[in-house]
Amino acid sequence: MAVSSSTIVKGRFDWGGLALYAFLTVLALFMLAPLVYMVSTAFKPISELFLFPPRFFVMNPTLKNFHNLLLASGTSFVPFTRYAFNSVVVSLGIVVGGVLISAMAAYPLSKHVDMPFRKSIFNVVILALMFAPQVTQIPQYLVINKLGLMNTYFALVIPYLAYPVGLFLMKQFLDQIPDALLEAGKMDGAKEWTIFWKIVMPLLKPAWSTLALFVFVAAWNDPWSSAVYTTTEDMKSLPYALTTINGGTANAIATAGTLGAASLLMIVPTVLVFVVTQKMVLETMAHSGIKE
Amino acid sequence: MNHTTVTTSGAAAYAPESKLRLLWKAMYAHRVSYLFLAPFLVFFALFTIIPVLTSIGLSFTYYNILESPRFIGLGNYRLLFVDDDIFLTAIGNTLKFAVVTGPVGYIMAFLLAWLISQIPNRYRFLYTFCFYTPAITSAVAMTVVWTYLFSGDRYGMINNWLLQSGILNEPWLWLQDVKTIMPVLILVSLWMSMGIGFLAFLAGLQNVPRDLYEAGAIDGVRYRWQELWYITIPSVKPQLLFGAVMQVVFSLQVFDVSVQLVGIPSPLYAGHTVMTHLFDYAFIRFEMGYASSIAVVLFFIMVGLNRFIFNILGHKE
Repeated sequence: MAVSSSTIVKGRFDWGGLALYAFLTVLALFMLAPLVYMVSTAFKPISELFLFPPRFFVMNPTLKNFHNLLLASGTSFVPFTRYAFNSVVVSLGIVVGGVLISAMAAYPLSKHVDMPFRKSIFNVVILALMFAPQVTQIPQYLVINKLGLMNTYFALVIPYLAYPVGLFLMKQFLDQIPDALLEAGKMDGAKEWTIFWKIVMPLLKPAWSTLALFVFVAAWNDPWSSAVYTTTEDMKSLPYALTTINGGTANAIATAGTLGAASLLMIVPTVLVFVVTQKMVLETMAHSGIKE
Repeated sequence: MNHTTVTTSGAAAYAPESKLRLLWKAMYAHRVSYLFLAPFLVFFALFTIIPVLTSIGLSFTYYNILESPRFIGLGNYRLLFVDDDIFLTAIGNTLKFAVVTGPVGYIMAFLLAWLISQIPNRYRFLYTFCFYTPAITSAVAMTVVWTYLFSGDRYGMINNWLLQSGILNEPWLWLQDVKTIMPVLILVSLWMSMGIGFLAFLAGLQNVPRDLYEAGAIDGVRYRWQELWYITIPSVKPQLLFGAVMQVVFSLQVFDVSVQLVGIPSPLYAGHTVMTHLFDYAFIRFEMGYASSIAVVLFFIMVGLNRFIFNILGHKE
């Protein structure tokens, strides 16, 4: 069931609406401009990259940058597809595991009000959000090493499964959902597990779609984990491979075009995931009449 | 409000129950809830709590990664607050940055999410896409664009425009001049700040029960801003709190953008933030103990700020 315009208020909709669209469109174009430039850079031949006066759009698009990119990685002994495969496996693992674990943990924290230690557990999770991740990297590495997980897919996935941001997001969404919706299930004598799968998860659809998108983007763009937890070339991920292609320097003028092509390729999967998850968020059913 | 499915039979019903026993009973009654929490807590303990406690412990030591840590008490903290002028610069820069990007980014994210929720479904997706995509891009990838836009010679797009239109007579060194480093960083960060907070607001606005609006219309809500103030904002309070905390963390942990645009160290430390300072000591000088003490100080600043936010937005339970 598609929800029409959410505003119920009937008023001078035309003028307000028109101004609204104008404002949003101008801002959207402004936000998109750097991205458009990036796309056009990816197709620019070397002769156009440093023209004066500088040009925003590409005039003679070429695929040479992509060719260079794939060739540069093709010369190493690990094929480009292997990096891509690693990235896909690891990102999907983190998304599925992370979202499920966060949702499961958020349910009792939000709805089982008289559980002992509920508040303190939640407070510790919130505190953990605020600790600079950089300094915990070395202790994290030691934990992975002690568990004997170096160079496995597990090492790339499990450190990111308990994601405090995810738990926090889910809990806030559950707080928004009226208890009455869950009480109905309890009346029918359903077990907690059934309530969770049949009632909580469907209600949390906007929340876990949002989280899935966010976690996927973070995992997909993260060059760190494979640099730290793996030592063999065939376990590396895509972002890591790209930083090596570009010599790791962001300001290298010579690779401006190649970097443009690389970042464009990196963005494509994240955009696809964005399209899927946002559709899920926007398709949320309007709640049936429950008065709080 | 009793969620138990099984209660312990009163074997000890005739004995006066101690506090501990009562607690144990309550915990036993909630054993299913703890099962739900278990996977999260196990991973959380392994990869968050242990590393964080280790870092706090290391902040009292001299530790250069190669040798084993040597206990020096409060030495790192004394150095940090008394002798480290650059750290004070970094704190100043970070606060400057946070004071602007925090509130502005937050309000912008909420207002845009709300405006998008006001338009019909078929256009929503397009606008969401435009605002969120900048947050998808990695800071590294976007460097190509920013260095080109803000380039200090006449080849830079912005200098080129300003020279063409006669506003400037000579190119301005955007990323080297102390006066403009911070504003440029703030601008770029705002561009990238429509992240998870924005998404949470959008999804939260989808979740507001429609009949609340209908009831509001009956009760005499006339204008959009009334609907926003009296119905929408109270309904999405949980998401507002989430977004605020995320915004604080985001603003105080500014790092990537600064490094990519102005480098480490930046000219006259004008773009130096607490995080770049931490990175400098952790991964350039390998003084892990000192870096950990910086992390602890940053941590306390954040906790203080978030206390304040929770008091405003957190619901009293």
